[in-house]
Amino acid sequence: ILLSDGPSPAITPITPPTSVIAPLFIDTLCLDKCTTLREEVDDSFDINISVSDPEKVGDGMNAYMAYKVTTKTSMSLFKQREFSVKRRFSDFLGLHSKLASKYLHVGYIVPPAPEKSIVGMTKVKVGKEDQSSNEFVEKRRSALERYLMRTVKHHILLKDPDVLQFLESSELPRAVSTQALSSAGLLRMVNKAADAVNKMTIKMNESDAWFEEKQQHFESLDVQLRKLHISVESLVCHRKELSVNTAQFAKSAAMLGNSEDHTALSRALSQLAEVEEKMDQLHQDQANADFYLFSELLGDYVRLLAAVKGVFDHRIKTWQKWQDSQILLQKKREAEAKLQFTNKSDKLQQAKDEIKDMEGRVQQDERDFEQISRTIRKEVGRFEKERVKDFKTSIIKYLESLVLTQQQVIKSYFTFRYVTASV
Amino acid sequence: MVYVGPAVILGVLWTCPPSHPSPTYGIKGYKTDNVNSRALIGQKKCFSRPRAVNVDLQTDATLQVDISDALSERDKVKFTVHTKSSLPNFKLNEFSVVRQHEEFIWLHDSFVENEEYAGYIIPPAPPRPDFDASREKLQKLGEGEGSMTKEEFTKMKQELEAEYLAIFKKTVAMHEVFLCRVAAHPVLRKDLNFHVFLEYNQDLSVRGKNKKEKLEDFFKNVVKSADGVLVAGVKDVDDFFEHEKTFLLEYHNRVKDASAKSDRMIRSHKNAADDINRIASSLYTLGTQDTTELCKFFLKVSELFEKTRKVESRVAADEDLKLSDLLKYYLRESQAAKDLLYRRSRSLVDYENANKALDKARSKNRDVLQAETSQQICCHKFEKISESAKQELIDFKTRRVAAFRKNLVELAELELKHAKGNLQLLQSCLGFMKTNT
Repeated sequence: ILLSDGPSPAITPITPPTSVIAPLFIDTLCLDKCTTLREEVDDSFDINISVSDPEKVGDGMNAYMAYKVTTKTSMSLFKQREFSVKRRFSDFLGLHSKLASKYLHVGYIVPPAPEKSIVGMTKVKVGKEDQSSNEFVEKRRSALERYLMRTVKHHILLKDPDVLQFLESSELPRAVSTQALSSAGLLRMVNKAADAVNKMTIKMNESDAWFEEKQQHFESLDVQLRKLHISVESLVCHRKELSVNTAQFAKSAAMLGNSEDHTALSRALSQLAEVEEKMDQLHQDQANADFYLFSELLGDYVRLLAAVKGVFDHRIKTWQKWQDSQILLQKKREAEAKLQFTNKSDKLQQAKDEIKDMEGRVQQDERDFEQISRTIRKEVGRFEKERVKDFKTSIIKYLESLVLTQQQVIKSYFTFRYVTASV
Repeated sequence: MVYVGPAVILGVLWTCPPSHPSPTYGIKGYKTDNVNSRALIGQKKCFSRPRAVNVDLQTDATLQVDISDALSERDKVKFTVHTKSSLPNFKLNEFSVVRQHEEFIWLHDSFVENEEYAGYIIPPAPPRPDFDASREKLQKLGEGEGSMTKEEFTKMKQELEAEYLAIFKKTVAMHEVFLCRVAAHPVLRKDLNFHVFLEYNQDLSVRGKNKKEKLEDFFKNVVKSADGVLVAGVKDVDDFFEHEKTFLLEYHNRVKDASAKSDRMIRSHKNAADDINRIASSLYTLGTQDTTELCKFFLKVSELFEKTRKVESRVAADEDLKLSDLLKYYLRESQAAKDLLYRRSRSLVDYENANKALDKARSKNRDVLQAETSQQICCHKFEKISESAKQELIDFKTRRVAAFRKNLVELAELELKHAKGNLQLLQSCLGFMKTNT
């Protein structure tokens, strides 16, 4: 039971639209049980999370969508083998925010949460149960599921207490600071801007070519994925258009068949209308496959690459911190040297103490820098492995969807040919 | 599919430096065949020269017309009209002339304005060749040459040229159909203007209509449609014609609707195929840049999409040919049939008016002879039109059914063929990928 402000809220279950609900070939990406770096986990990776049953809770502008998060696992990490909780979108954002603050700055690639959408959510809140708001909810549900699976696939994040609490605990404190227009939200925006400015002014002496190479690789990958994403989104759009236009043509052909006074031809035209109706349905299904199996994969990776970039940037910041403390140490040493020639023995002692502290800090900063560099190397390796697996699985599934569509097309036109031949 | 003969010379002149405002180019020496044009009017398939012509029509042996060549220039298309005839009217048995679109229109209009042909369905005039959209796209491409890679530019150029060629083929087919219909008609084929059109090897000096004439036409059409409404209200005694009137009106409107919707559907199909093309290019770039084992993967999928999108483009093109063109043609023909009914109704009204005038003259006993002759003329005209109109409408139905049957069957065959092709490409790629992971 989620904490909510008002009295017992009305719960309106949302019926998923039949066109959006997966036909045979759209499994969610996460259903394949994948194994991760075995050498780094105790028991084998066996966990499957599904997000389902979106329900509208409350009314008006305070309404929100509650999703059921079901975990099925045999890992000893968890108290039970199968359990569910109810979560809302801001809970997911809250989880991400906590993980990001704990792990990003030490070099772990934390999967980004799905994006907010004020427009999309407002439609749902306002209560329109139409095609577009149903599609929005389904998109979000799928994105939340992928987000959780990506998070738990990370062997470190999986063990994080916040993650475990998110999955297991029936009650979760509201994550208020995730709201876009909250003070925390504004602070985030300011920080982002400051970071951007800093990035432009920090010039790092890269001693390790690997990092530069990888950064360039990810940058060009980002450009290419964005380009591909745009084309795939365009394909989804045009296929949806094709579906609508085919349906309209089918109706028109049926009318034409009705007015045709030659009986056999009239029958053939009605058959044409039927075929085109089937095509319309096939185009719609294919457009869904285009979206969920291809477009969303690309969108996810564009966002993931932003997280990767963030991690590289953190390394630069860590380096900068190290440089800064070295400079500070140098200054203190110079100050101490100057004090040697004066007679202020207490100040001198203080300076010597400060130098000792500073030396400690410099050593720590150097260790931090080396640590984050090591972590990033491992993370990049893990990320690339995941990327290869992800793309291969999704694209194979996508091609399978295309195969199915073509098979259906053949079936439909086969009957059609049979009828028209008898005109 | 339109078959391009082996003797085709396709030279595209591309004279367009980026700073030049408008390009000039042409596709030379294009040879077509009459497979598709004949299909539209329900005639059996014919093969292009030099192969043997399948003589299927009773009229073919004595008069055979086709468009053997066509040249597209900056703002006009020149058709080479080739005639083979054993009729004594012509000087030679085989000859060719060059004609432009305006001359086809002149011929069509001369049929329409000829009172003698009032009782026939005048074969609809071919639509004006319209390369504006295609030309604009090619021009835009020329201007944007600097902003894309060499491969992208070549690819797009090839596609736009293919589009241009497709439009070109279509306009040739449309003009050819018109001539074939005239040549197949037992009365129209004897028309003198038609023979001049076919044989006179100089310019017919037919200019397009100037502004004044176009305005006159516009008013004529307004008057005609108003009259048409008046005349349509007259109930016909003859059941056959009454039925045909109702049928044609409804049919014409529905064909119009189906034609428009079909065009939109096919355009969406083309758009989707273009997207797949871009996806293939992006995947290729990804494949060449990737450092992981995904590079092989991407390249394979890119290759696959290149092939499937060609199939998808063909699907759209075939649907266009077999469905859209068919509907568009019968839109025009059903309009011509409606025009025939209008002329008949008009002559019926004239006949009835003449009867009334005769009665009036008889009662007043004035100008009786004049009224009698006038009434006889109207009666004769009406009966002549009715007789030939009936046959024309029956022929129209036969042609229509044959054309639809042929095109629908061919459409089904082509869709099946392409779907099977696509399926095979997809399955072989999938097979390869699954064994290699």
